[in-house]
Amino acid sequence: MTLPLLWIIPALPLGAVALSLLLGDRLGRRGTAWLACGAVGASFAFAVRAALALAARPEEGRSITEVAYRWMQVGDFSANVAFLLDPLSAVMILVVTGVGFLIHVYSTGYMAHDPSFRRFFLYLNLFMFAMLTLVLADNLLLLFVGWEGVGLCSYLLIGFWYTKPSAAEAGKKAFIVNRIGDFGFLLGMLALVTWTGSLQYDALFSAAPQAFVAGGIAITVATLLLFLGATGKSAQIPLYTWLPDAMEGPTPVSALIHAATMVTAGVYMVARCHSLFQLAPISLEVVAVVGAATALFAATIGLAQNDIKRVLAYSTISQLGYMFMACGVGAFGAGIFHLMTHAFFKALLFLGAGSVIHALSDEQDLRRMGGLAKKLPWTHATMLVATIAIAGIPPFAGFFSKDEILHGAFASGHYGVWAVGLLGAILTAFYMFRLYVLAFRGGSRVSHEAEHHLHESPPSMIVPLFVLAILSLIGGWIGLPFQRGGHPFERWLEPVFGAGGAHGTMRPLSPMIEWLLIEVSVVAALLGIVFAFRAYLKDPSLATRLRERWPAVHRMLVHKYWVDEGLDALVVMPLYRASQRLWRFWDEKIVDGAVNGVGFLFEGFSVGLRLFQTGFVGTYALFLTLGAVALLLHFLRQ
Amino acid sequence: MSAPMAVPLSWMLALSGVVFVIGLIGVLVRRNALVIFMSIELMLNAANLAFVAFARQLDSLDGQVFVFFVMTVAAAEVAIGLAIIVNVFRLRETVYVDEINLLKG
Amino acid sequence: MMLLLFAVFAITLVGCSLMVVLHRNPVTSALFLVVAFCALAGLYLLLQAEFLAMVQVIVYAGAIMVLFLFVIMYLNLKRDVEDGLQFALRRGAGWLLGILLLGTAALFLSRGWAPGATTEASPPPIGNSAAELTSILLLVGIVGAVVIGRGRAKPPGSEEPAP
Repeated sequence: MTLPLLWIIPALPLGAVALSLLLGDRLGRRGTAWLACGAVGASFAFAVRAALALAARPEEGRSITEVAYRWMQVGDFSANVAFLLDPLSAVMILVVTGVGFLIHVYSTGYMAHDPSFRRFFLYLNLFMFAMLTLVLADNLLLLFVGWEGVGLCSYLLIGFWYTKPSAAEAGKKAFIVNRIGDFGFLLGMLALVTWTGSLQYDALFSAAPQAFVAGGIAITVATLLLFLGATGKSAQIPLYTWLPDAMEGPTPVSALIHAATMVTAGVYMVARCHSLFQLAPISLEVVAVVGAATALFAATIGLAQNDIKRVLAYSTISQLGYMFMACGVGAFGAGIFHLMTHAFFKALLFLGAGSVIHALSDEQDLRRMGGLAKKLPWTHATMLVATIAIAGIPPFAGFFSKDEILHGAFASGHYGVWAVGLLGAILTAFYMFRLYVLAFRGGSRVSHEAEHHLHESPPSMIVPLFVLAILSLIGGWIGLPFQRGGHPFERWLEPVFGAGGAHGTMRPLSPMIEWLLIEVSVVAALLGIVFAFRAYLKDPSLATRLRERWPAVHRMLVHKYWVDEGLDALVVMPLYRASQRLWRFWDEKIVDGAVNGVGFLFEGFSVGLRLFQTGFVGTYALFLTLGAVALLLHFLRQ
Repeated sequence: MSAPMAVPLSWMLALSGVVFVIGLIGVLVRRNALVIFMSIELMLNAANLAFVAFARQLDSLDGQVFVFFVMTVAAAEVAIGLAIIVNVFRLRETVYVDEINLLKG
Repeated sequence: MMLLLFAVFAITLVGCSLMVVLHRNPVTSALFLVVAFCALAGLYLLLQAEFLAMVQVIVYAGAIMVLFLFVIMYLNLKRDVEDGLQFALRRGAGWLLGILLLGTAALFLSRGWAPGATTEASPPPIGNSAAELTSILLLVGIVGAVVIGRGRAKPPGSEEPAP
């Protein structure tokens, strides 16, 4: 098989953006939809071709670099626009283009009546371009370009309905919070380039062991800074607050950007830099602890939210926590595995939620749903698959990947992390089935108006749901046969991460303990499910009773631990006041004063000079001749 | 070619200079854009005359080739310039340059 | 003989040029300019530049000046009105500068100025491509004139109704 064209994969969506900009509204809605979906679909086809070509190569040769052009050359430092295809980026481009394509198709139905149809697909395609650049980049600098690009698209798409103040605010919040993380990322890159002199993956990773003392301060600081960037993009403690607010965007956006692809960029980056992180055990511990804490923390908040999309948002944060947990304990393959399955079922959950919201005429409150199973049979069936998948019941996809993460935590001796992960799994199963029961089962609490318009979504929305449901069901089977360190997915990633369990931290476990672990996690999931059914279907008073028994706890959860308010008081307000002061004094008095002073000076000059500028050609000709004569006379004197 | 020159070069140059200055004065003292334009043509032709005179003096065709180009440019320039003047006249109902001060910011 | 011809042509040229600049009626100016160009063609003949003389008559006196006359008549221009203090000032300044320049030129000539020895600089290798270059230049000129002369472009967006 010939070498795949890598640059064309991100270039196709970009081309669609350019074409859409050039042709404008002349394309019409159908044309726009075809263009956008076609570009991403073609991108997917090329990605499949590239992955097949990669698979056809021997294992040692599974790394293809394609230099598009020399980007910059500054002294010893050089950066190329170059794309790298290896097993890891192959998985990423398949997930991004595949899920992205389905979501594009879904959007043609979901956004069908939106007046800004074209703008939506423009941003969506731009996002695809940036995301594919991010995952295909062969150096951290180009990755950062994609990283900022997806951030920008995220901002644009969260604030897509910019006439709604809350959406505009949410977009700004996402952008600004991400900026903090990006600052860390930038510093991390600078640290790396200072010590190793390169940001190109191969050069960087091979230079790192010599440039850094393993476990030393320099590498720890550098990796922690990189991780700070990851916490911003992937919504981890402490920079997670933007993601729930990001739900103000259209639902397909939540599915694509804030569930399946962009937010996993942090995980991808950490996995990509795994050899750096492995040099800094402290950083890895931090990653694991932050991941575990986020997984549990977000799950508890998810228990008490009533907005269907916010429940899913907290669930996303929690699941991202699991991925970081996996990276932190050294099970990078498991993290990427979970990233993939999560992309399937979380995209499905969001799209299903979108279908519900669509059917209910933009109602998002779980308290005004219920009994939708009959009315929306297809949505219901697919949502149920996704819910089971995320809860972690075999043989659905989520089970395999989540179990592998828990196994990794246990096998590497992180028992505390494991326990937190298990508790998180129970909570996940509980709040996801709470969502399912409140939305689809029991009696209807739908308002009259919405009831009247209640309808199943069009095929363009249902078909992607179905494809994703099938993927959520079978996507985990790539983790079969159920052998540690030996299943196809892990073997596929081996050229990148090294042999499974070979990081020195994984102890092989006896089969009995393995089965025990599996049973424990399945039982945990079932426990959560049963409890959710009891509390919200069989005996609705149970939930109320619990709420009344611990009102403080409930208030705390509903208010999301007052983190937003706390951050406001501790960080935002002091900054705001300080800025206010700076603005009033430094900016207005000194900076503006200096600028205006210079301005006045020149204005004075200009008043005189302006007399010459009459605007009449004749005057100008006169002065021209005067100059010529003066010049000639000057020569004459010599 | 190298027949003795009947007319001294300096006479030709003096004539060229005089015509040039006349053209220049035309540009400076007239307000009618068309007349200014004609004066510019005069200046161009004065320069052409100098070129041809030098070509004769130096027994070289370079000067004549140059004049040829100047004429071509002048032809193109006249076409464009007149088009602009016509356009300005349509807009402003005048060809007097001192009634057109669009250059003044 | 040569000198006589030179004197005739030179006097015609200077006289007609002055009339171009001084006459208030643009049509008269243009007609004097035609005569001036014909005199110039005569001077070219004296300088043994026969080809240029023909081109001068055909292109300048023929084509270009017809264009001028056509535009003047198309615009239906009357005698120029030239009054006002500011304008008088500028006119004075213009004449002054012109004469000053002429004086300067005369000084230059009177300083025993003479052409230097012929330098053996080879001509730039344009040769045959001169004709092509010229044709492109003229084409650009035509296109430009058509675009400008077509009149005001319609304001953007008014051309086709929004779908």
